[in-house]
Amino acid sequence: MLGMQVSFSSMFRVGDGPEPINVQAASIEELMQALLLRYPDLQTHIDQGVAVSINGQIFRDDWTVAIPADAEVYLIPRIEGG
Amino acid sequence: MTHDNSYVEKDYKVVGSRVKRPDGVDKVTGKARYGADVSAPGGLVGRVLRSPHPHAQILKINTAKAEKLPGVKAIITSADLPDLTDGDQGMAHILENCMARGRALYDGHAVAAVAAVDEQTAAKALKLIDVKYKKLPHVTDVDEAMQPDAPVLHENMFTRGVEPAPTKPSNISARTQMGYGDVDAGFAEADVIVERSYKTEQTHQGYIEPHACLASVNPDGTAELWVTTQGHFTFRNVCSKLLGLEIAKLKVTSSEIGGGFGGKTHVWAEPVALALSRKANRPVKLVMSRDEVFRASGPTSSTSIDIKMGARKDGTITAAVAEMRYQGGAFPGTWAMLGCMTAFACYSIKNNRSIGWDVVVNRPKVAAYRAPSAPMAAFAVESTIDVIAKEIGMSAIDVRLKNVAREGTQAPYGPTYGPIGIENTLEAVKSHPHMRAKLKKNQGRGVACGFWFNIGGQTCVDLNIGIDGTVNLNVGTVDVGGARSSMAMIAAEELGIAYDDVKANIGDTASLGHNDTTEGSRGTFSSGMATIFAARDAIGVLKQRAATMWGIPLDDVEWQGGEAIATGDMHSNLPALTLKEIAAKSGRTGGPIAGHNEVVADGAGMGFASHICDVEVDPETGRSQIVRYTVVQDAGKAIHPDYVEGQFQGAAAQGIGWALNEEYIYGDDGRLQNAGFLDYRIPVCSDMPFIDTKILEVPNPNHPYGIRGVGETSIVPPLGAVGNAIADATGVRMTHAPMSPPRVLSALDARDAG
Amino acid sequence: MSNATLVSTVVNGDAVQFACPTDESLMTALRDRVGLTGVKEGCGTGDCGACSVTLDDQLVCSCLVLGVEAEGRNVGTVEGLAQDGQLHPLQEKFIEHAALQCGICTPGFLVAAKALLERNPNPDETEIRYALAGNLCRCTGYDKIVRAVQAAAKDMRKAKRR
Repeated sequence: MLGMQVSFSSMFRVGDGPEPINVQAASIEELMQALLLRYPDLQTHIDQGVAVSINGQIFRDDWTVAIPADAEVYLIPRIEGG
Repeated sequence: MTHDNSYVEKDYKVVGSRVKRPDGVDKVTGKARYGADVSAPGGLVGRVLRSPHPHAQILKINTAKAEKLPGVKAIITSADLPDLTDGDQGMAHILENCMARGRALYDGHAVAAVAAVDEQTAAKALKLIDVKYKKLPHVTDVDEAMQPDAPVLHENMFTRGVEPAPTKPSNISARTQMGYGDVDAGFAEADVIVERSYKTEQTHQGYIEPHACLASVNPDGTAELWVTTQGHFTFRNVCSKLLGLEIAKLKVTSSEIGGGFGGKTHVWAEPVALALSRKANRPVKLVMSRDEVFRASGPTSSTSIDIKMGARKDGTITAAVAEMRYQGGAFPGTWAMLGCMTAFACYSIKNNRSIGWDVVVNRPKVAAYRAPSAPMAAFAVESTIDVIAKEIGMSAIDVRLKNVAREGTQAPYGPTYGPIGIENTLEAVKSHPHMRAKLKKNQGRGVACGFWFNIGGQTCVDLNIGIDGTVNLNVGTVDVGGARSSMAMIAAEELGIAYDDVKANIGDTASLGHNDTTEGSRGTFSSGMATIFAARDAIGVLKQRAATMWGIPLDDVEWQGGEAIATGDMHSNLPALTLKEIAAKSGRTGGPIAGHNEVVADGAGMGFASHICDVEVDPETGRSQIVRYTVVQDAGKAIHPDYVEGQFQGAAAQGIGWALNEEYIYGDDGRLQNAGFLDYRIPVCSDMPFIDTKILEVPNPNHPYGIRGVGETSIVPPLGAVGNAIADATGVRMTHAPMSPPRVLSALDARDAG
Repeated sequence: MSNATLVSTVVNGDAVQFACPTDESLMTALRDRVGLTGVKEGCGTGDCGACSVTLDDQLVCSCLVLGVEAEGRNVGTVEGLAQDGQLHPLQEKFIEHAALQCGICTPGFLVAAKALLERNPNPDETEIRYALAGNLCRCTGYDKIVRAVQAAAKDMRKAKRR
């Protein structure tokens, strides 16, 4: 299990606010579970659509993606296109 | 089999050339079939009754007279579309948008629908439906809707993202804030501070083909839908949910699509057609008129934006703040939030903040339009940067280069950029011959940048090799502009065969797994990736068959240039086996040869562009003519350069229309005044010059060929580029788009009055 | 069908008969009665040109013409461009120059461009742009369409000289 800092795109106001938090997770799936445990309110945001940025790469759908050690991880809104 | 999606540099044999597209002949001969081009035996004509009021309670709908009209086979209202959305608010809004539930929320909102034996009967039936409305006060302007005394659309809308949470309902669905740094400190450092407010009017994607579908529902719960769509799998999911059908039993076939640009990513008429067919027990063809498309599909937001920007004399932007108000139509959307993500994305600004207000008004439910929310924000930001440039006496390009975002820059929405191409596009613009073209009297030049995310998403591809060695590629991502040729090129490249030996086809929902909608510039990126992997899959099988045919171990077989080669000391004297030879024997070596791939293509690269616009402003009429236009955009890797150029040019033309002429005009009565192509004027052939294009290729590290999505980005710069060109030509800074002749003339008059 | 009238006409050189209500447009009659879906309805009000056909060699929006007006006249649609299995030079150039993306406006453009080149075999860029200003395209920005028409015009002039 890898420890990492997760930052929130400042629009997510969850509990402690927009400061980065420390989480243990090896994949996006584990990350979401860990965050939901700490911030149950996050479920509404997940339902509306979130994406995860790992070292600048944006992942919207594949929650099996592994999160490498020391990755820069951001939770951002899910982007749609036209 | 898992595949590696990392970029690998290589020499291409097919990719990058300009081949003929496979669906071209059907389209130039009129054979290609679009949404309205099919009929079914016993089919009925569907028509929709729409509210003439922008906001009203629906007291009663009396369909008795209409039902008695001979030839009417079914009439539906919301009573025939029970709410099966199970607490999913997004779905509930889609349902209510497709058919009003007790209240009409915009001029054009569907209230009832009819299926009849022919067009005339359906039209007569609509007139016989008696609807009793109680008119309510309405609001159509985004700023007015935010006022405390504005008529409220949803009594349960309490603005999210505001602390403390409001106790009174309003039309503001959410407040968003993004950015980083200390903007106050940043402004304190600035030598020059500029504040401007901007407004952009609502526009429509303007696809020439109206929404159209043919729905056929059977009493046993099976159904078929032929529809013009950007995403037949998504339509299947949504329609199944709304109608209570099982996904595998609803077969959706994508017709050829006559333009979408984001406007055909959602359902409007389709659940209605299915509900009519279910009630009538006959196929129903439902085609929207052009008037209905404008009034009742999904245009963009209109906006109201304030920018404050501070810079030092050396050109460094020390702080920037954007406050943006976007209307999402009658139902809440996240358009302002998207605007916040893109507003400053082209630049590295140490202290930046974007605040977005998402607002509802009595207008149709907003849908995505090519780089949704970005063009409006870019209009405001790119215009303001030019004002700053003028104040400090620096060139427009140099100010942008001074502050340009690079690999390692933190995006306004948080994460750090990987390799991106905006600096390359600006350098290319700086040295482009367009910049040296001589400007005549009343002419001016403007430059602007734009950004759009590209997305990946779920994709599924089947590759089947015929016994003559020709290949069928079954793709699930709708082809909106020519991607079938790119997919065939990629398959040919991977397999090492001729482009002409590959035929790409868009499969229906029964023949493939889920594919996400073609949006977010994901078509070529995702389908391309899946095609590469499916081809590599097939190559694995081909090698296996060659090994069998030779009777040698698989390890001694390689695939090169379209052939299996035996390697190693023992077998390298064996003559190579071509794909055709292996395919011919496939029946006896294990059966049909195929490759398959399901992938969630992620890691799509960002697309950046810089544009140059020369405009001539007629001082007597205020009319602006585009004299010269150049698009420079980073495509990562251009699979088929003609179609990449086509995306650049088409997007730029839409942006130019948005900048100069296109707007929704609502009257005081809350009704759309210009629901047709005469008065909603999109660019025509004589409005445009040739559009020069330059494709840059900064490879996307997360795609085997380095592909970045290209479709959307170039609609973003034109509003700013045109505004900057008009300012250069006239000395007048336009802050209200479209910069139509009356607005420009009025600004010129104000300038001359001093 | 109320007020049905039998119409005898010639479409793309073939004698055709159909019955349509007197208030039905030629566009609808061609699509629904004769089965020629190459004629497209983009607006129904003569603003987009997607329904362009020729009526006795005159370019018209078929949505602004009544079906019954085709009686005794010659109608030309996109389906009549290719002859004996050979694409018309305009059709070839449109494909070659990528002058179409979604293709919905293409039939109308081909009919309009053909009508232009029959009137004026050597139009300059401005003449082409104004002649085609009645046909809306939302995908291409018109650049490659104009280039395709120029290329076809050049080929057609060459062919005539031989």
